[in-house]
Parts: sequence; structure tokens; C-alpha cells
Amino acid sequence: MFNMIDKVWIIPALMAASFLVILFFGKRWGTRATAGIGIAAVSICLLLSVIVAGNWISRVNHPPTGAALAADVIAANGLTPQTGETIGQEANAATKDSGETVATASQASSTTEATASEHGGEHESVPPVVRTVTWFQIGGMQFEMGTLVDGLAAMMLITVCIISLLVHIYSTEYLHGDVRFTHYYAFLSLFTASMLFYVLSSNTLQMLMGWELVGVCSFGLIGHWWEEKKNTDAALKAFLTNRVGDIGLILGVIITFFAAGGTSFNVLHINEYALSHSANTTLLLVGALCLFGGVTSKSGQFPLHTWLPDAMAGPTPVSALIHAATMVVAGVYLIARLYGVFFSGLAIGSSTFHYVAFIGGFTTIIGGLLAFVQTDLKKVLAYSTISQLGYMVMALGVGAWTAGVFHLFTHAFFKACLFLGAGSVSHACHHTFDMREMGGLRKKMPITHATFLIATLALAGIFPLAGFWSKDEILAGAANGQEHAYTIMLIFGLITAFLTAAYMGRAYWLTFWGEYRGHAKPHESPKVITVPLIILAGCAVAFGFTNFPGNFFGIKLPGGVTTRFEHFVEPTFAFPPLQHAEFTPWLAVVSTILAATGLFFAYQYYEKNRGPHGLTSRNKVAHAGYTFLENKYYLDDLYTGVIAGSTKGPIARAANWFNQNILDGVINGIGFGARKIAGVVYVFGDQLIIDGAVNGSGRGSEGAGQLLRKIQTGKVQQYASILFAGAVVLAGVLVFVV
Amino acid sequence: MKDFLNSWGISLMVFLPLVGALAMLVVPKAKEQYHKVVALAASLVVGFIGILLMTNFDYDANGHLQFVVDKAWIPIINSRFIVGIDGISLPMIALTLLIVPLCIIYSWKHFPEPKNPKAFLILILILETGMLGSFVAQDLILFFVFFEVVLLPMYFMIGVWGGEKRQYASLKFFLYTLFGSALMIVAFLSLYFLSDKIPVNGQMMHSFDMRILPELATGISTGAALFIFGGMFMGFGIKVPMFPFHTWLPDAHTQAPTVGSVILAAVLLKLGTYGFIRIAIPILPGAAEKWAPFIGLLAVIGIIYGALCCLAQTDMKRLIAFSSVSHMGFVMLGIATLTTFGFQAAIFGMVAHGLITGMLFFVAGSTKDRYHTLDISRLGGMLKSMPHMGWILGFSVMASLGLPGLAGFWGEFPAILSAYNPGLGLNVAFFRVLMVIAAVGTVLAAAYLLWLYQRVGFGVPSKEFEDDPHLHDVSFTEWLAWTPMLVLIVVLGFMPNIIFKVTDGAVSHTIAIVNGLGG
Repeated sequence: MFNMIDKVWIIPALMAASFLVILFFGKRWGTRATAGIGIAAVSICLLLSVIVAGNWISRVNHPPTGAALAADVIAANGLTPQTGETIGQEANAATKDSGETVATASQASSTTEATASEHGGEHESVPPVVRTVTWFQIGGMQFEMGTLVDGLAAMMLITVCIISLLVHIYSTEYLHGDVRFTHYYAFLSLFTASMLFYVLSSNTLQMLMGWELVGVCSFGLIGHWWEEKKNTDAALKAFLTNRVGDIGLILGVIITFFAAGGTSFNVLHINEYALSHSANTTLLLVGALCLFGGVTSKSGQFPLHTWLPDAMAGPTPVSALIHAATMVVAGVYLIARLYGVFFSGLAIGSSTFHYVAFIGGFTTIIGGLLAFVQTDLKKVLAYSTISQLGYMVMALGVGAWTAGVFHLFTHAFFKACLFLGAGSVSHACHHTFDMREMGGLRKKMPITHATFLIATLALAGIFPLAGFWSKDEILAGAANGQEHAYTIMLIFGLITAFLTAAYMGRAYWLTFWGEYRGHAKPHESPKVITVPLIILAGCAVAFGFTNFPGNFFGIKLPGGVTTRFEHFVEPTFAFPPLQHAEFTPWLAVVSTILAATGLFFAYQYYEKNRGPHGLTSRNKVAHAGYTFLENKYYLDDLYTGVIAGSTKGPIARAANWFNQNILDGVINGIGFGARKIAGVVYVFGDQLIIDGAVNGSGRGSEGAGQLLRKIQTGKVQQYASILFAGAVVLAGVLVFVV
Repeated sequence: MKDFLNSWGISLMVFLPLVGALAMLVVPKAKEQYHKVVALAASLVVGFIGILLMTNFDYDANGHLQFVVDKAWIPIINSRFIVGIDGISLPMIALTLLIVPLCIIYSWKHFPEPKNPKAFLILILILETGMLGSFVAQDLILFFVFFEVVLLPMYFMIGVWGGEKRQYASLKFFLYTLFGSALMIVAFLSLYFLSDKIPVNGQMMHSFDMRILPELATGISTGAALFIFGGMFMGFGIKVPMFPFHTWLPDAHTQAPTVGSVILAAVLLKLGTYGFIRIAIPILPGAAEKWAPFIGLLAVIGIIYGALCCLAQTDMKRLIAFSSVSHMGFVMLGIATLTTFGFQAAIFGMVAHGLITGMLFFVAGSTKDRYHTLDISRLGGMLKSMPHMGWILGFSVMASLGLPGLAGFWGEFPAILSAYNPGLGLNVAFFRVLMVIAAVGTVLAAAYLLWLYQRVGFGVPSKEFEDDPHLHDVSFTEWLAWTPMLVLIVVLGFMPNIIFKVTDGAVSHTIAIVNGLGG
């Protein structure tokens, strides 16, 4: 297979080119051509991404040795060969200390054959493929821009490309006849380009760039129908909330840069520093928490999750692609990428509790609860996304790296399936997402119903669908922890397993069962919409098996089949030593029972109409709780009303008042005063005394009189020259005094 | 060729606009077309000479002055005609050379009342000489002369072609800047008299030579140095403008004609920041170190304060003017750190701000031409009425809020970064606090810019402008004037090395002087 891994920059470049072509020629060439260009570009990207993944798999199977390995290690560190030698060795030493099987340049050749065909467990260090060019130079230091390919990046490439492609196809129908069809596709291309650029970044500065660019696309697409203020409000809210988090990201990038020596933004270099013995863990803690600020906003973690539900104002395919499957996981990806920083900074390996894991766990519940009080199907899914992102963050927080990333992977497909399914439903029901106007759709839209059901079960974590495997790994990770178990996070996770199944059951039964309550004539969507749904549902079934556990209730498949995801995706270079939780039967059973109970309750309550209906109107506590949830914990009121409102209103006005009346008042006052004084000087000094003296002294002072008359001509230029003269005198004074 | 450029290149570039102005002076003002063509031709020829200079510039030695001319000028005070270009002045010169022709192209069909292209264009050409001269001058008196040459044309431009309150605004601009200049010349003269003498033709004399003053000024007592720096601080700081000396700026911008605003924002403000980098700090690094925390503090106050004022504005142009206060705060923060990162960020920020804010003022001017108002509450739905203009405004807004991938980012981010580790003996903790506050400023920037865009670009046009025939989309001359700027904003955003590489040697050289002599 030809080697794509060195030229991987072509993939985002292709999408960028697609963006430019659509932007400049889309209107002229028409909608078919526009969609065609976008789809063609993403298809090629998907193909290339698959090749990249193939390249990576063969690289893991046949790791580089000797000189090739040494060169790769140096390239990975982003250093020139001279200095790279020593650093590369340090890096290897660091990995060795952390208990990994290590291949230094010299040892590599001898150990390779022995470990090349290992069995799913620990394997030797395979450095990522890093290719860079000089980006800019400051103070004689060269800063590089480049691509970094490892299993994680390859996995993201494929995920982004598959979902982007399906969304591109789906949108041809969903946005058919839209006023801004071209702009929509242009932004889709730009988004895909930025996202691919982001996941391939070899340094934190580049990540920052991709991060913001996807944010802009999100802004543009949420505000797609910008005639309505509601939509632009949502777009602004999304962008500004993310900007708040970006303060953290910017500071985090700066702190990690200086912590790691202030010479390079290179991701691996920073990770290596973070994992070395000389690392300043306090600084790393601050850096990690700052970076987590960015994660909090981008990946919808409490308390900056509030923008995500509002972001549903954008077209539904965009919600699937950007606000569920790809962009919002950028934060999770950031943690996964800079895991060394988080691992050392938060002491993930040796603690039982820390901020990141807690926020992740807390967010799962916060989001899950809110999903119950939504009547808008998309908002249910949005809160579900928040909750699931919490799962991923929690997983990374408890040291279950692979579990978190694996959940990112599986979630992308079934959540995209759910969103696109919701879009399909809305397409059939007069563009409404209100579940009160749905019901009974399972017979009218059999394919949409079937795929939605599969994705719902996957999300609920029902065996053997994808969500079961990834969620279970997270719970196992929390239960087993590193040195100690993360018990609180485990409890959070289990509660959420129940909540997820319950609210998804609610949404499912309200939408597809009972009697139809709307006024449209629902019908199944065309193939352009259903085929992507079927493909995604297929992924929701199949992809869970990519990380089939080594020991599943006693079933032991051969090593070449189990935990493939972990084997190929989990980094082995500049990566902390993690203990991998084994499949835990009791947890799997408990979580499945919880999920089944959740579904059962939802079924009883919403389909069979059993249970305490009307409780919220009877019981004060229940009512208060419902109101609290309905108002989204009042966070929006705090942010929009109190913080943004007061900044925009009284504070800004006060600043302006200060400017106009105090600062300018002083200036105007000086001007006024100067004119008054000048008047006095003129009348008394000039006219009375000097002029009198001049007049008195007669013709001898004719020259002086001429001069003075000139002074009073009122020309700015002459005042200026006088000012200069005064300045010269002042200078003389200063020289003699000082 | 190289020899010719070495001896005449810079002088030709600086004074050719004046030749053009002279050629226009003798032709009656009724021949408008003639004036436009001559002015444009002059600025293009100047630009061409600039390009020749840039292609012959030795980029590997960008830390050294090149094309240096050193001739006697006012022998009695040993003030000499010294000009030269190094990596710090080159980007500023390039910016000037670009902006002036674009402004002339833009004004082709946009002459504000009372028209009179002859006088207007002559003023622009005189401005160009003043701006270019300031960036090449290596003698304090020569610099000062050019610095002041800029003042009058701008005064007239605002005072004659300005808006309703032009009298007040132009006078305020003039007197405020002149006040700073007065203190600056006092500082220059004190520097002159207090620094060591050098032998000139067998005689010991003081010197205004900026190249050797850093060494000559080492003997100045700390107290005197602090005062002298203070004088320069006032002169340059008012020009930047730094909080709290910025109040002339919103008025000048709001009242100035479009082209005046563009030149003011794009180039004139940079004379102040350039002065800090080129003159004040390298010559008196010890005093700079003492002043730096104060400058950094004012810079950061400016960032937040300017942004808050932006949020309260109801006039689009005034809002953009206040955004300059905020953005120049980042530039000054970079300078105050006395580090290579900070200086590099400052120079990049100067160019980026010139392009981006220049662009915003262009759009504001064109908006005013069409809507006859800049009252934000009356605008709206620009994307609907004029899609291209709306997109350009959106793009410029994104650039202005410092979006990575566009030029503005490279002025902001490294400036914030540099505050983490300030140079010399500056208080690290203090600057880190500044860093965090500056980072908060980026949120406010996004807030006021996007809020502006929401109200101007998004939505539907109000009844008043629903079917207004004046709302035609971007015209040909506008495309011509704007395209280079838009392209540059993107190109610099992705390839920052275009500037960083050019300035790196010169900045490192300057910082070496600062580190060697200060602290």
C-alpha cells in the first residue's frame, strides 16, 4: 500500500480547496455542482484516511528499527538532529522509567523481532509519524508546523470523514431548496478541513488554530438562518461561551510551552516533559486546569455547557456532524492528545478524586437530568451529548484512556444516527422537533424507526451494541482505577447509565409509539436520507466489537482479534504507564440491568401511562425540582442575564460615561482653561503691559511689535512654532536643573 | 542598480510623493482626473521603488541597517540626514507603501464633501512622505521633523473633509498630539545634551544619531533618564494612543473622512509604537525597565477599557475607533515585556491592526456612503441587502477579534505569551496577572465585534432601507482597494513568518542592546 502517512497534509488541504472552490464558484455552478464538489472531496479524504489508517496499522505491526526509529524519534520531538540526539534519549529514558517496553535507537533492532508479534498486551514504543516544516521564527528559535499521525489521529480522521461524508450526502435532500445552499456546503467543507487540520496538528499552537476555526464554522452554521434573531443569538452564545473557555486554552498553551522549556509547542515534546522526573507538577496542574477550561466550553462540560442545546438552532445535519459527533469532542481529543500533561498535573495515576474526573462525572448527570424535561427532540439529544461527553472526560480523568477515546469513537456514530434520524422525522413532520406533535411514527417511517431504535439501544448501552462496550469499559476503568478506584465517578457513571436509558426511552416512545399527534402527513424519507441512517446504524452495531475484551464471561478469543482498538489507537510513545482495566462481569451485568430498568420505566410511564403522572402539579418538591430543571439550573439567567447583561449594559455604559465626562472633561477643561488664561494674558499682559511698554518705547521696538502681531494671527502653524520654541526653552531648563 | 539604491533609494522613495504633490500644485483643481492619475502614479512609483528596495534587502542581515545614507544636515547641532532600513522598519514601510495607493484608489469615487480632489490627494502624498520618513529616519531631529510633517495634513483632512464636529475633532487631534510632541522634543534635546560627546571633524560634539545613542546615553543619571523616558512616553503614548491619553482618537476617527480614518488607524498610530521600539527603549533601557510595569498596566487597562467602551457605542465608526484603543493595548503589552516575543508580537500586531482596522474603516466608510448613517440601531440585514459587503464585514470582524488563521492572532497571542516571562528584571508575578487580564480582553473583543455584526450584518433590513436603491453591493474600485488587504490578512495568518522572519534579527539585536545596557 502506498505511503500516505508522510503526505497526510493533503487531506485537510483538499477540503480547504473544496471550500474555496465552493465559496467562489458555488453560486455560479449551481447546487448540484456544489454538493458534488463537497461530496467528492470528502470521499477522497475518506479513502486517503483509510490508507493512512492502514499505514499506521502496518507500522504498529512492523515497527521501525535502528536508524529509521531514531530518525522518527527525532522528528517526533520536533528537533534538529544535533539536539535531538540527547533529548530523544532522555525521552526514551522517561518512557523506560514509566515501565513501558522501550526501544531506544540502539536496542530497537534486538528487541523488535521478539515483540513484533505480541498478543494484545504491552508492545514496544512506536513513535508517531511527524512531518514538519518551519512555520515561523522568533528570537532565533524555529517553530514548526506539521502533521502528527498515530492511531488516535488516524481514528479521528476516519470518524470525521465518514460522518462528514454521510452528512454531505444527507444534506443534499435535507437542505434542498435552501436559500443558502452554497454557503452551507462551503462551511461544511471548511469545517471538515479545520477539524482534520486540528486532529493532525503536531503542536499546541496549531491545535489552537484548528480549534478556533471549527468554532467559527460552528458559529456560521448555527447562524445559518440569520434572519431570525433567535438563531443569531444562539450563534453568538456558542462563540462567546467558547471564547470564555478559550482564555483557559490560550493560557494553558502558554503555560505548557514555558513549562516544557519555552522552546517548542510540539505536543510530544510537552508530553515527554510532563512525564519526565524533572517535571514541575504544580505548573503542570495549573496548565492542565487551564487547558481544561477550553475543554469545558468546547466539549460542553459543566458549567459551560449551556451553549450546546442552543446550538441546535442550526440545520440538523450540522447538529449531527458538529454538535454531536466531531467538533464537540475536540476537547476530549485535547485531553487525549496532551495526556501526559493531564496525567502528571492531576496525578491521575495515584489519586481517587480530582477536578477533571469529577466535572466529567458531574456533567453526565447534569446533562442526563435535563434531557428529561425537554419537549424538543433535538434538545433531548443535545443534553444527551453533554452527558456522554461527560462520560468521555470522566474516563480520561480516571485513567481509562482507551475507554474514553473508544467511547468518543462509538458515540460519534450512534449519536450522528440519532440526530440524522431526528432530522428525518422532522423532515416528515413539517419541520417540527416538538415531540408533543409526533407519536406513532414507527409505522409511517419504518427505516427511520429501525435505525433510531438501534442507535437508542446503542446509546443506552444494551448488549451487544457499540455503546455497551465503550460505556462498560469506562465503568470498569473507574471501578478499577489506577492505584485506587475512583468510586464517586463509578457511582456517577452508573446513575447515568440508568438516566440515559430512561430519557432515551422517553424520547423513543413519545416519537414513535402511541397515536400521531401532529397535523402533517408523515411519510418515510427518501433514500438519500435513509441510506446514511442505515450505514450509521450498522456502525452502531459493528464498531463496538473493535475493542472486544480479552476475556468476556470466559470467552477468550485469540489475541489478534481482541482489544484491537486499544492495540492500534493507544499511544506507546510519550505516554504515561496506564493499567488497563479488564472486562468486569459484575459491572457489565449491573449496568445492563440499570439500562434495562431505565428503558422499562420509560416504557411504563410514557407508553403504558403508568406511574405517578401529574406529580409535579401535586407535590411541591417535585414541582420545584421540575422548575429548577426547566430553567436549566438558572445558569442561562446567570450568564446571559447577570454577567453578559451587566457587562453590556451598566458596566460598558459606565466606562463610556467615564470616557466622555471624566477623561474628556479633563481635556476639554484644560482647553477651556487655557483659552481663558490666554485671554487674560492677552488683555493684561500683552495689551496693557507689553503693548504699553512697546508703545511707550516707540519706534525702537517696532520689530518686536511686528513679531507679536504675527503671534496673534490665530494660525495653528504659528502656535505650533511657539510651542516648539517654548519646548526648547524648557529643554534648556531641564538640562540645567537635572 | 544596487549602488544606486544604496545611495538614492530611500531618499527617492521618501521624497517622490512630494514631487508628485508639486506636479499637482501647478495644475488647476478643475482637472480632477489629472490629479487622481498623478497621485496614484506617484504612489505606485513610490511603491515600486519600495519593492526594489525590498528585493535588494539582505534578509539574512535584517538586524543591520541597510541602504544607509549619512550626510551632514544641520552641522551646528550635529544633526545629520541619516536614513536606513532594517527588519523593524521594513514591515512598517511596506504597510505604508500598500495603504497609500489603496486609499487613493478607494477615494477615486468616494470624495467626501467638499470634494476638491486636488487638495485632498496632495495632502495624502505629503502624509506619505511624512510616514515613510519617520520609518527610515535614524537621526532624532530628522525623525521629529517627519513625525510632525504627518500632523498637518491629517489636521486639514479632518478639519476640511470631516463630519459635523470636524472643527472640534481636528483641533483636539492637533493640540493633543502637539502637546505630546512638545514633551518629546524636550526629551530629545535633554538626551542630546546629557549624552556623551563624540568627535566630529576634530571637535567634540553631542549627537542625535539614533544608531549610537544607546551607547552615548549610558552615562545619563537614572533620575534624568526616567524624566527623558517620560517625555518620550508622552509623545509616543499619545500617538498610540495609550489609555488615558486616547480621547482624541474616537473623535478624530468619527469625524475624519474614510481615507483619513484608514491612514490614521493603519499607519499613524504605529508611529507611536514604532517610536517605543526604535527610540525610547533601546536608548534608555534602564528607564524603560522602570517604566515597563506602568506601561504594561496602562496597556492592559486600555485593552479592557477600550473593549468596554466599544460595547457602549451606538455609532459603528466610533466603535471601531475604540477597538483600536483595545488592540493597541496588546501591542503595548508586548512592548512592555521587553522580550523578543513581545516585540515581535508588537510589530506583527502593528501590521495586522493596520490591515484589519483599516479594512473595518473602509467598510464603515462605504456603509456610511450608502446608508448615510452609522447608527447601529438603524442598520441591519447587510448580508441581505449587500451580501458581499456583509461577508467582507464578517471576515474583518473575525480577523479583528484575533481569530487564529488570520493576521490578528499573531499580534495578540505572542503578546499574551510574552507576558508570562517578561525580560530584564521585570516582576514576573505582576506581568502574569497582566497576561490573564489581557486574555480576558480577547473575550470582550469577540463580544463587541460579534454583537456589532449581529446588529449590522445579520437580521433583515429595517423598513427604512428595505428597498433603498443606494444599497448597491461592493463596487469595482472598492474591490480593487480591498482585495490586497483581505488576501494579506489570510496569507499573514497562515504564514506569519513573512513578517516574523524579517523582524527577527532586528528585534533580537534591539533586545540584545536592551539586555546589554539595561538591568
